[in-house]
Amino acid sequence: MTQATAPAASSPSSPAPPAAHKDGRTAQRSLGRRLLARPEVGALIAAIGVYAFFFAVAPSFRETSSLATVLYQASVMGIMALPVALLMIGGEFDLSAGVAVTTSALTAGILSFQLTVNVWTGVFVALIVSLAVGAFNGWLLIKTGLPSFLVTLGSFLILQGSNLAVTKIFTNNVASDSIADMDGFDQAKSIFASEIGIGGVDFKITIFYWLIFAAIATWLLLRTKFGNWIFAVGGNKDSARAVGVPVNFTKIALFMGVGAGAWFVGMHLLFSFNTVQSNEGVGNEFLYIIAAVIGGCLLTGGYGSAIGPVIGAFIFGMVNQGIVYANWNPDWFKAFLGVMLLIAALVNLWVRSQATRR
Amino acid sequence: MDRTFYPRSRRVAPFFAMAAASALLIAGCSSGSGGKEAEEGGADASAGKADTPKMTVAMVTHAGQGDTFWDIVRKGAQTAADKDNVELIYSNDPNAANQANLVQNAIDQKVDGIAVTLAKPDAMKDVIAKAEKAGIPVVGLNSGMDVWQEQGLLSFFGQDETVAGEAFGRKLNETGAKHAVCVIQEQGNVALEARCAGVKKTFEGETENLYVNGTDMPSVKSTITAKLKQDSSIDEVVTLGAPVALTSVQSVDDAGSKAKVATFDLNKEMTDAIKSGDIEFAVDQQPYLQGYLAVDSLWLYKNNGNYSGGGEEPVLTGPAFVDKDNVDTIAQFAAKGTR
Repeated sequence: MTQATAPAASSPSSPAPPAAHKDGRTAQRSLGRRLLARPEVGALIAAIGVYAFFFAVAPSFRETSSLATVLYQASVMGIMALPVALLMIGGEFDLSAGVAVTTSALTAGILSFQLTVNVWTGVFVALIVSLAVGAFNGWLLIKTGLPSFLVTLGSFLILQGSNLAVTKIFTNNVASDSIADMDGFDQAKSIFASEIGIGGVDFKITIFYWLIFAAIATWLLLRTKFGNWIFAVGGNKDSARAVGVPVNFTKIALFMGVGAGAWFVGMHLLFSFNTVQSNEGVGNEFLYIIAAVIGGCLLTGGYGSAIGPVIGAFIFGMVNQGIVYANWNPDWFKAFLGVMLLIAALVNLWVRSQATRR
Repeated sequence: MDRTFYPRSRRVAPFFAMAAASALLIAGCSSGSGGKEAEEGGADASAGKADTPKMTVAMVTHAGQGDTFWDIVRKGAQTAADKDNVELIYSNDPNAANQANLVQNAIDQKVDGIAVTLAKPDAMKDVIAKAEKAGIPVVGLNSGMDVWQEQGLLSFFGQDETVAGEAFGRKLNETGAKHAVCVIQEQGNVALEARCAGVKKTFEGETENLYVNGTDMPSVKSTITAKLKQDSSIDEVVTLGAPVALTSVQSVDDAGSKAKVATFDLNKEMTDAIKSGDIEFAVDQQPYLQGYLAVDSLWLYKNNGNYSGGGEEPVLTGPAFVDKDNVDTIAQFAAKGTR
């Protein structure tokens, strides 16, 4: 069910009219057409194109170890792009998603260090804080009726400032203290930031989490009641409410989902690098949104998929590292990325219009 | 016939007219001084080329995009690369995780050497260990003076910020300043804090720190102006970067203060400001040299087994003072954007 219509709001379909009355409105579209109507197909075509392109121009891009690096870059972004995409299907934005990752990592790092407790305590508290930030965003959105763009712009600035100020208060520095030698660190590292060797190449564990989370998100979106609610609130809030969809619950849950994602990525950063810089994460929120949009989510909500942002993040990772593998001047990176984004968005648009054409 | 559709000539005529007019403007109003023509007077520093086998060196820095200082580092690295028959792969990202990823990228490419900045040493530790495990020699530059050895780097090229700050303070004692304000343009940047701490240590007068937002020049200007107005006993503004220094010259004017400006780091405009006396002196950490030596040392290590700095001590590239006495010599290099 990835149609833009709100499934919950649609009335039970009447039995199909007899075939004699075929007038084109109820004609079964061909398999190709139905395939093209899926939101992520445009992104998939773009991804194959980008991969082939770098495969041709950069010899070192062909190595498996390079693929592992690309996938890692994509996974760290992609894990966050998933809940952000679900939120966007639900018709909302979260501009605080980038710094929320840093907030989570700082919370765990500083708390564990200052109280000299097992790092798992910090991890647990960070999860509570991240979910609370998400719930706060959702609650504020519902209470004030302000657009999510404004609400989360506010929380973005609040978090950015708090990241620096709170870190400075506790550590008298701009980074959290290293927790590498504390109890539970190695255990947490093996869960959040270890590597798995396959055929002599080390793949970071985040790649596997990323794909598992994508599978869960897909199941949630397409096979559960909650998934229908997401499409419904993103498609048309008022009709969704009218047919009994718990709109407030759905939106708050989606924001908390982003919080959960931020917590996970934050933990990965903390246990990969032992310390966290308080000024990081700014600007990443747009990358998550970009990944979702390249993956076929609409900015207006009510349309998209969970596999789309996976492909979107993969494209981003390929471009990001591919430019270096090809030894191009990195000054052009951002410009190149912008061109890629536009091309991907246009391909999406074209594919969608082809698919819906009769 | 669609009446709203102009014939082709009617549509392109305005463009031709505009192009012609701008060509005339450019030709007729050429500047008698400055500009590109003045800049192209000096030849670039270049020498012959080594006949050693081609090698690949990756330089991975924590620079943001479009930063003057890092551009000079990169020019130095490129000059050494051209001379040593080295293919230089330059990449940069201010985000620690991304920078670590770029080092991994260099390992994937099986480069012959890596030059890296350690602004966030903890984030780089694992990936540098990986490079060393893969048998790739790694040197450090610019930041990471206190950790390069424990992370197993061959050499380090940079300036000890505390040492530079102390030298700066002693110089201020010579000029007879009494009350300095040290302007920090990035709150909590460890290297910048160390510079101000160094100044405070050796300067016999009073030193206080002032925090400004370096990414927003108008606010830098107004903050310094306000500070100078509020405390008229300040007679020395110490800045930690060339752009901030040039801005504080304006602040001193605005505030009607008698304070002098002295700074860390150099750029093209800075030499003119020193010539004209707007700025007292600058301490240069010679970014060009940092980039150049980092690449050159990897070449020496590969082709002759040399350890720059003997593997024990960092190679210092600063503090080099630039003031009225030597500014003329340095200005010609700064004009090319290499000092």
